[in-house]
Order: sequence, then C-alpha cells, then structure tokens
Amino acid sequence: MAMAIIRPKTMRRRLPSWVSPSFVIGGAVVLFWLFATLFPHWLSAFSPLDLAGRRLQPPSPDHLLGTDALGRDVFARTVYGARQSLPIAVLVVISAVLIGTAAGAIAGYRGGFVGAAIMRLVDITLSFPAILLAMAVAASLGPGLGNAAIAMVVVWWPIYARLVRAQVLEVREREHVEAAVAAGASDFRILTKHILPLCWTPVLISATMDLGQVILLGASLSFIGLGARPPTPEWGAMISDGTVYFYNWWIAFGAGMAILTIVLGFNFIGDGLRDYFDPRSSK
Amino acid sequence: MTAAAMTIAPAAAEPLLRVRDLKVGFSTGSGTLLAVRGIDLDVSRGGVLGIVGESGSGKSLSMLAALGLQARNAVVSGSVHFDSQQLVGRQRKHMRSLLGSRIGMIFQDPLSSLNPVMTVGDQIREVLFLHDRRLTGKGATARVLDLLELVAIPQADRRINQYPHEFSGGMRQRVMIAMAIANDPELLVADEPTTALDVTVQAQIMRMLRELKEKLGLALILITHDLGVVAGHADRVAVVYAGQVVEEAEVHDLFADPRHPYTRGLIASIPKLTATGSKLYSIPGAPPRLGAYPEGCAFHPRCIHAQDICRTTAPPTMAFGGHRSACHFADRLPPWDRGNEAERQGQNG
Repeated sequence: MAMAIIRPKTMRRRLPSWVSPSFVIGGAVVLFWLFATLFPHWLSAFSPLDLAGRRLQPPSPDHLLGTDALGRDVFARTVYGARQSLPIAVLVVISAVLIGTAAGAIAGYRGGFVGAAIMRLVDITLSFPAILLAMAVAASLGPGLGNAAIAMVVVWWPIYARLVRAQVLEVREREHVEAAVAAGASDFRILTKHILPLCWTPVLISATMDLGQVILLGASLSFIGLGARPPTPEWGAMISDGTVYFYNWWIAFGAGMAILTIVLGFNFIGDGLRDYFDPRSSK
Repeated sequence: MTAAAMTIAPAAAEPLLRVRDLKVGFSTGSGTLLAVRGIDLDVSRGGVLGIVGESGSGKSLSMLAALGLQARNAVVSGSVHFDSQQLVGRQRKHMRSLLGSRIGMIFQDPLSSLNPVMTVGDQIREVLFLHDRRLTGKGATARVLDLLELVAIPQADRRINQYPHEFSGGMRQRVMIAMAIANDPELLVADEPTTALDVTVQAQIMRMLRELKEKLGLALILITHDLGVVAGHADRVAVVYAGQVVEEAEVHDLFADPRHPYTRGLIASIPKLTATGSKLYSIPGAPPRLGAYPEGCAFHPRCIHAQDICRTTAPPTMAFGGHRSACHFADRLPPWDRGNEAERQGQNG
C-alpha cells in the first residue's frame, strides 16, 4: 500500500508572533509612501512646481501644509518628494548589496591575500563617518542626485561585504558544502548555489532597515546642497529651505515628517522580518 | 562473480585504490601536527574495505585527504593512486572530474549534508549535470526518478520536488546515496553512513549499500567505529589507531585471530548479550592527543602486553599471509579467546 504523504494544514487562529503591531504600522507607512511614489497626482491636487498660491501661507484646507517662500504647495512637494527619495534609496541599497555580496563572498570563500585586501578596503571605508565620506565623494563628483547616489553606494557596500563575509565563513564549513565538493562542483557553483542562498537572511533584514537609513543620508546630502538641485521637490532640500524661514515652521514640517515616518517604517519592517527569520533572537 | 572477487588477495590484481604512506598534518604556530602518520591501504575492484578506529584516530581524515577533501590548513603527503592516477597533489580542478562521477562519497550526517534550500530532485540533478553536459532536463529527471527508485524512496515522482526538511533521517541518507551513485561510480566512500541513524534504519541502509554494491559492482570503503557493521559487511578490515594502521586482515581472520592488542581490546569491548551482570570492558586510558604521540608504539601506554622495546621502538609491520599487524609481539601474543581477553585485561587495567 502506498504511503500517503500528509501535509499538516496549519490552522492559524492567531496571527503569527512576528506580525507585531509595529510591523503592521511600518508596513502601512511604507505602503503609503510607495503609493505616493507611484501615484502622487492622486494624493495632491497641485503639482510640486506650480506656484499655487500666495507665499508663506500657513496650513489651511486649501493648502494642507501651507505654501513655501515661492508659493508652492508644501503638501504636494512632500508627496512628490517620495518620487526622489524612495527609488534612489532602493537603487542604492540594491547596488550596495550586489557589490558588497560579491566582495564579501570572494573574501569569505577565497580568503588569502585577495580576501585580506578586500576586507582592509572595507575597514578603511567604514573608518570614515558615513556622512563625511559621502559628502567628500559627492562633492568631488559635483552636486546632483545621481552623484549623491553613487556616493551613498560607495559608503554603503562595505557594510554588506562584512555581513556576507561573516555568513560565508560560517556556511562554507557546513557539511552540505563538503558534500558538494565531493560531488565535483566548481567553486563558483558551490558559492552561488550552496553558500550564498543560505546567507540572504541577515542581508535582507539589514537591507530593509538600510532603506530608511539611505533615505536619511540622501536627504542629508540634499540638505547641505550636494544632492537634489532646486527646484526638485526633495525632502532634504525642503528642510534646508525651511531653515531660512524658521518661523514658518510648515515649510520643513512635511518633509521632516516624511523622513521620520519612512525611516521608522522601514525599521519596523526590518524588526518584523528578523523576528520571522530568526525567532530566537527576539527579546 | 562477486564471491570470487572477494576471495582474491588484494595483491593479485592492481587495486582500484592504492594508498601508500599517506600523511596528513596541520600546520600550527608550533610546527606541523601529524594526524595521519603514514597509512597504507588497498581497495580492490568490487571489494569492501572497512576502516575502523576511535573518534580522532584519523580514519575519516585519511580518506578525505586521499580524495583531496581535506581542510584548507591540512598538509598531505604520500601517494594515492586511483586506477593508476596519482591523486595527491592534484589540483582541485582536476579532482572535480573524478569526484561525483567515478568516486562517490556519503557523509556521516544526512541531516546536514543536503542543501536545505534546494529540492532533493534538484540536488541529484545537479550531480548528474556536473558530469554530463549533454544531458537534457527531461533525461535528468528520468534518471533522478530511477535513482530514487533504486534507493527505495516511495512516491519518487512526488518526493523529487520536496526539500530535505520534509525527509526523515533514513530517507535523507538514501538521497545522499542516490547522489553518490548518480554517475555510476567505481568507488563509493561511506564515512560513518549509519552513525546518525536509528538502529533499525541503520540495518536498512547497510543492506541497501550491500545490494547496490552487488548490483553496480562498485568498491566500497566503509569508515566506521562500529565493529558490528564491519563484521557484517566488509571483506577486509583496517584498524586505525593514532593515525596509523595497526592491523589489516580479511574480515574473518581479524575477528577469528586478532594479532594486535588494540584490536583485541576493541573486540573485547563489544557488549555481549549473554554476559549479564558482568562489568562492561573498556580499554584503559585514552587515545593520545593530536601531535602528542608516545614514543615507540603509540599504543604502549594502554597495552597490557607492553615491554621495554614497545616504549622505545616503533613496531615494524609483520605480515602473516594477507594479515598484517604492527606489533612487536604480533607472532607471540597469547592465543585469542574473547572471554579471557576481557578478564585478563580487566585484571591488569
């Protein structure tokens, strides 16, 4: 008689523990900003570049967050700002993950001189405060969002290189890797098929949290004039504008809240992912 | 056919695997520590060689090193000929064409020897593709199903898409075996294939290995610390102590007339069902630490027959036909009697 393979149907009465309130809130916030990135015109009646009303109006039903020094709608600029920050943050993190993973994987798997050289480069890069190094790179490349993005990748890849190297060092000693060697697999195949797929968890968690951090760094670069150029609606640049009109608090308010919520949102999601992938480490 | 092959003395034909003076050391800050100190072994085509020894005796390490699978900091010397090709010192690139195709390997722990994020089917397919680039996807799947059937995994067409965590320990070891024999190897190295399994499953796996050996005509190296497994399944046995082969013989000769005190101690340590109430025997002392081998015979501090010569001079290997023993007194040991051995050693230890 053939044995039946029974798949237990897990009955979920309660939500799994990693779906915490903070994870839900973080998810909702990030979804909101994602929506704002894709369909900003549905959220705001004004264009971010329109001179929509009188200058420096405080918040009112017409202009939810008032108008800035040129009479542009602050709410519209905040909503459209997501279009600058979010895609660039995603691009920067993906690039940093790819570069860092490749470097960390080679350093961890090969070791030796090449590995040492890569890791010293990582150490050197990480020994600078991120914002300082990013400023230096961005300043030498010239202002602009593209150059700011390159600067952020330069600052960020070493974090993933370290993370992936540590994972590779651990996973490469596992028995299934030895079994793959005994099966005659090439180094490249072992690395890509048998080691790296087991290294993604911390990278994914870290990348989620870093999305928020990169948005913050990007805004910082724009704030000091090394990122987005006017009149681009960018959060860091908007806050920078707000400093000139200190008593018209609403000019910087939207952008500030945007950065605050999106950074928190990504952190909450990262926390939730960590609880999901590695329940032992929570609390 | 196989019965005839089993009775041929290993010297009669060119062995499939011939290991001579294999040494494996680890370089540390204070010099090189030798873990395998010159091992000679022969495996004939279609034969089964059991390698027995305590944990840390170097039995696994020597076979891994022979196949170029040693740890990165290990230093290997000596010669290993597989089908007349020297393996020691070969580049890994060149080892790859042999490993997984002509030489298969099964590991101790089937729980961790499978990639947890690849389906079982993909893992077996991978081994096939690694050594046959012309294989089509369809052909590979058919072969995988054949292999799973060969190792008696029920509902193979369904199991093929499952992940290792959906398999029991015994089933996983079957998958490992399927991977090891996927490319019809001539030599299968099984490193403690049953240690991590339940006793009932152990028997199934061992029976299957023997059947596969008959069916596919492969030679088998069985690395184990279980004398029972060796007695039941090996043709020849090599007993390893402190990185050296202390005794090597046909399996029947070894158990009927062990010529080395260590082998005698090992056999005497097997618990007997009939001897209820008697104290369980164990060899006194502990195996030497890596690199801290006693002078002379490495076994002398634990040996009840030890004389002065054992403390100063490493024993030569004496041969009695196909029976070799590295003991100064191999020809002068008292007649073997398992019951008395335990008693005698018990009194002295």
